[in-house]
Amino acid sequence: MTAAGNLTELTAIELRDRIVSGDVSAEQAARAYLGAIAAREGTLHAYNEVWADRALERARAVDARRSAGKDIGPLGGVPLAVKDNMCTLYGRTTCSSKILAGFRSPYQATAVDKLEAAGAVILGKTNLDEFAMGSSTENSGFGPTRNPWDTARVPGGSSGGSAAAVAARMCAGALGSDTGGSIRQPAAFCGVVGLKPTYGRVSRYGLVAYGSSLDQIGPLARDVADAALLTGVISGHDPRDSTSVPRDVPDMLAALDAPPRPLRIGLPKEFYSDALDGEINRGIHAAAEIFRAAGASIVDVSLPHSRIDMDAAGKLSSHAAACYYIVAMAEASSNLARYDSVHYGHRTAGKCRDIVELYSLSRAEGFGEEVKRRIMLGTYSLSAGYYDAYYNKALKVRRLIKNDFDAAFELCDVLLCPAAPTTAFKLGEKTDDPLTMYLADIYTVSVNLSGLPGLSIPAGLSAAGMPIGMQLIGPVFSEPTLLAVGRMYEKASLTSRLVPPMARDA
Amino acid sequence: MSKTVDEAAVRHIGKLSRIELTDEQVAAFGRQLASILEYFDKLAELDTEGVEPMPHAVELRNVLAEDSPGDSLPTEAALANAPQRDGDFFMVPKVIGDSQ
Repeated sequence: MTAAGNLTELTAIELRDRIVSGDVSAEQAARAYLGAIAAREGTLHAYNEVWADRALERARAVDARRSAGKDIGPLGGVPLAVKDNMCTLYGRTTCSSKILAGFRSPYQATAVDKLEAAGAVILGKTNLDEFAMGSSTENSGFGPTRNPWDTARVPGGSSGGSAAAVAARMCAGALGSDTGGSIRQPAAFCGVVGLKPTYGRVSRYGLVAYGSSLDQIGPLARDVADAALLTGVISGHDPRDSTSVPRDVPDMLAALDAPPRPLRIGLPKEFYSDALDGEINRGIHAAAEIFRAAGASIVDVSLPHSRIDMDAAGKLSSHAAACYYIVAMAEASSNLARYDSVHYGHRTAGKCRDIVELYSLSRAEGFGEEVKRRIMLGTYSLSAGYYDAYYNKALKVRRLIKNDFDAAFELCDVLLCPAAPTTAFKLGEKTDDPLTMYLADIYTVSVNLSGLPGLSIPAGLSAAGMPIGMQLIGPVFSEPTLLAVGRMYEKASLTSRLVPPMARDA
Repeated sequence: MSKTVDEAAVRHIGKLSRIELTDEQVAAFGRQLASILEYFDKLAELDTEGVEPMPHAVELRNVLAEDSPGDSLPTEAALANAPQRDGDFFMVPKVIGDSQ
């Protein structure tokens, strides 16, 4: 193994420590990652834009700080990637949409500011399903990302570029965003750790809005400790986001090796029906056994309104998924009204009779099919005559879903369930049937509706060699506990830190 | 129950959404919207009588900011991404009246 290969194999924490000690320079680390990107980007298309020159410049600045005896920060010199729906002052912010193809943001997301203030070196912006609408990254306006474990398969989505880049050692960690599973599901598909923090924990300022009551920024990382470090850095109240919670941020690393004792882990019985793929079912139960052997007690709990049903034809359904898509699409139709081709974004070259035609043609040319579908469904569910049957009904069901979680957390500390109903599927497998694609989020959407933190952790490989993801869910603001429980599994299981074959011989 | 969303309804939603649709899209979206809406109808199975709607996950109320002047986006930065501009203005086609 070359020296560069060694560097990209380190966790963010290990790399930062070696940079602090002077063992390696931030510039060497940046060069190692840029080398990995050069080798694999053509195959995977994880990035929309790579900031090679700027990354090297930033890395040299970290090295200069270190040489001058100054603190380089908790992420000093660590090369990271940012999902391309977070506004950055450098480069473009496209949301993988043609409507924002050349957009340069005049301001920067708070989460990105915080990464840079902590010394991180940003390598570039990662691909996503257009406006974060999708579960496979196939809805990108600039071409799909591929799964590093099997390039015929999707990396999940919508943070598929971030997940693939972390798995393929094309960055040491990344930011994603999660509206209905968009961090946890791709983390599961690519065999990395992903955390969706409590709603309000991380500022959404500068995150391009999809479903504002659901969206949350979080990390994708090599292991739980790195996820804890990144979560700590990006968390905190921000006066520029009125939904960010004015609450102190605990040290996410301090209690990482001290999970609660006694620890009660709840298995929501509605998540273990016939609807669940056999291999994933066995994988999650094996994880439960590992927790039991490590001293946790396993209790059965119930989340009746998140129940997953399967009909005779094998089709999955759940009230929570229906509720989620109504809420998310209603919010999307409102949020995406801003793309008017007047202030920024794509404008049609066609001749327009009036302003409405200008909007309608520009939006028709700029948005992809899935985005159009969601805007139209959201518009429909908010329109006169349907508001009560769809949107208002969904908001009531949302409360029932949240009440189920409140009741479950009376009986346990964290919940254990799958992160996705299957392992990564093949490109093109679900693109003709939007409804089937929506069901890839069936284990994750309830968490967003309820504002809870959810952690996705690799739980071994399937017989076909694809990562299986498990999900741990905790009460609001329980990130330190959730991460400690995740860490406990990681240490006991030896199934974490999965390396895809394509990244093994670097 | 099998739902249908007829052509006129799809065109109406397209108009409300400010998205121009081709005839092909009207047909395809009609089928897809119908199957998705049928799925949404699953919620009708649940009794939600007396349940308070929950628009936000973490229910903060009355978040107020100091009423004090601060920096705003400079004019050039605000106009930098404009598809078309005229001096310090965003330019759009004629808005009022018909073009005959």
